[in-house]
Amino acid sequence: MHKFLIRSFVSSLVLLFTLTVAAVAKDVKAAFVYIGPTGDHGWTYQHDVGRKAVEAAGFKTTYVEGVPESADAERVLRQLANSGHDIIFTTSFGYMNPTNKVAKEFPNVKFEHATGYKREHPNVATYAARFYEGRTILGTIAGTMTKSNVIGYVASFPIPEVIRGINSFTLAAQKVNPNIKTKIVWAFTWYDPGKEAEAAKALIDQGADVIAQHTDSTAIVQMAEKAGVYAFGQASDMDKFAPKAVLTSVENNWGPYYVDRVKAVANGTWNQKDTWHGIGDGMVVISGLDSQIPGDLQAKVKKLQADLASGKVHSFTGPIYDQKGNLMVAEGKTADDGMLAGMMTYVKGVEGDIPK
Amino acid sequence: MIVDINFVGLIIASIMASAVPLILASCGELITERSGVLNLGVEGMMIIGAISGFALMTVTGSLIIAVFGAMLAGVLISTIFAFLTQTLITNHVATGLALTIFGIGISAMIGKNFVGIPGKEFPVLFEGLKDTIPLLSPILFGHSIVFYFAFALPFITSYFLKKTKIGLIVRAVGDSPESASNQGINVRFVRYACILYGGAMCGLAGAYLSMIYTPQWIENMTGGRGWIALALVVFSTWNPIKILIGAMIFGGLTIIQFHMQAIGVRIPVQFLTALPYIVTIIVLVVISRDSRKIRLSTPSSLGKSFHKDN
Repeated sequence: MHKFLIRSFVSSLVLLFTLTVAAVAKDVKAAFVYIGPTGDHGWTYQHDVGRKAVEAAGFKTTYVEGVPESADAERVLRQLANSGHDIIFTTSFGYMNPTNKVAKEFPNVKFEHATGYKREHPNVATYAARFYEGRTILGTIAGTMTKSNVIGYVASFPIPEVIRGINSFTLAAQKVNPNIKTKIVWAFTWYDPGKEAEAAKALIDQGADVIAQHTDSTAIVQMAEKAGVYAFGQASDMDKFAPKAVLTSVENNWGPYYVDRVKAVANGTWNQKDTWHGIGDGMVVISGLDSQIPGDLQAKVKKLQADLASGKVHSFTGPIYDQKGNLMVAEGKTADDGMLAGMMTYVKGVEGDIPK
Repeated sequence: MIVDINFVGLIIASIMASAVPLILASCGELITERSGVLNLGVEGMMIIGAISGFALMTVTGSLIIAVFGAMLAGVLISTIFAFLTQTLITNHVATGLALTIFGIGISAMIGKNFVGIPGKEFPVLFEGLKDTIPLLSPILFGHSIVFYFAFALPFITSYFLKKTKIGLIVRAVGDSPESASNQGINVRFVRYACILYGGAMCGLAGAYLSMIYTPQWIENMTGGRGWIALALVVFSTWNPIKILIGAMIFGGLTIIQFHMQAIGVRIPVQFLTALPYIVTIIVLVVISRDSRKIRLSTPSSLGKSFHKDN
């Protein structure tokens, strides 16, 4: 018994020492919570590419995939916060409330919530990407390249993020070609290759010769390749899946931001903020332009890209009207971030109703 | 609206293409269930077939090896089910559910290295005849061999069950394993064979998805089609021809609702999305409402374990 006590005393001393050393060495550990599997080759996949960049920068990372946006998220977050993680990235909109709730219990752990707007505690920051800037580029290309003047758009769920994308795309396409018609099909899924392919096929059969997508799999660009029409990659560069169809892709590039924020924790400079980065900051990346895009359009797109990056051009510059003809953004003005974040009406020129 | 006859042909062809995995998996499961075994692992076996086919195609480069490999993978995973339910006499429902969970998990694990790789082009037959007959050409020509096999399968299955001696044995085992056993039929052997056959067809259905329909691998890419296939078997009252009808209605409504959206029909999209599920069930219930026939075609011992010594 005596021996046992000594042994346990010594071992707890050793343990305490190890813990202290770990704390002193500022071995920052980052955790990532994913909504889907890392194998989706879309949203979660791109976040995981970002995580790997953090690893490459010399930090330890952990991730939990397929976490439902329910009480489960809270449990996972609490466990990650309890197990020595210094910064936790929650990468889906639905984690907003769990993130804030758990953040209150762990004031020493930093929380970063993607695509949300609630920062109820000083240790919660939010971040998102201005994907709509990428869609301005796609709309410009689509409006110029279409011959049938019918553009197909496979959408996922009616949330501001998706509506904003449709609007930004349509405004840009109309600017270069007032005769175009954007046909929208809601697949009500983020990724189900079979369904996405069927949605794209329906649009192609109805005369669309350029297909845009706001769902995650590569099924749509493959369908476009088979049918001989154009398409755009989503989230990652999808060119190798459909070399003839894909004109360019809009990539989500989270790596630099993640590395920045984890480094900030290590240096003790982390602060609460709301980040909404676009092309200019490199969070939204336009992949290489396909050679089928003619030279003058390539030049135009490159210039547009530079202007969006510098802020000279804004995707939502007035006058912008909604479907009923009410003025949304006055001439010469641009939509503010509040309007963009809550955008739930179509602009003029988009056909159909938003599913309620 | 466009009323081009070739447009109609194109729509029918897409409906048929989307029905293929359902037909394959349902016809396989039908044989399994006709022998008295309820295997709820269809989704799991399909996803194993999908990853095996895709992985073999990527690694070996041979489509033939990939297709047969996917079927073999379906057979192997269903062997686990067969061993548990037939040799160890476990509960069919619980084992089948476990098989699905297992299949989804292990496919994701194997699949980690195959995400983001484009698939190979699968050869199609009779492509030269594609523009010969209006309306019919896109339906009849220019499809993969698996497509033609899937549409022959319900008829082959029907003939097999009704007209062949082995088919009769399968039905006997499903209806009354005791009597079949007394007649000298090895019930366990027959059920093993039917389970493995079901596994092979589900594997093929999965391979169709990952190699032909949408040539790529992503996790959970079967997207619940295994469960729809299971439902088709029940609502078709174990009749392969009605499976064909059900799969066409289901695929048809999925595709037509996309067309209705694109045309701009003002029906709530959520309703359109639910339509395939509702209508398929209603139609199959209506065409199968003869209760005497349902009793005749329902395998009486479905889902019940059989011990030889009782």
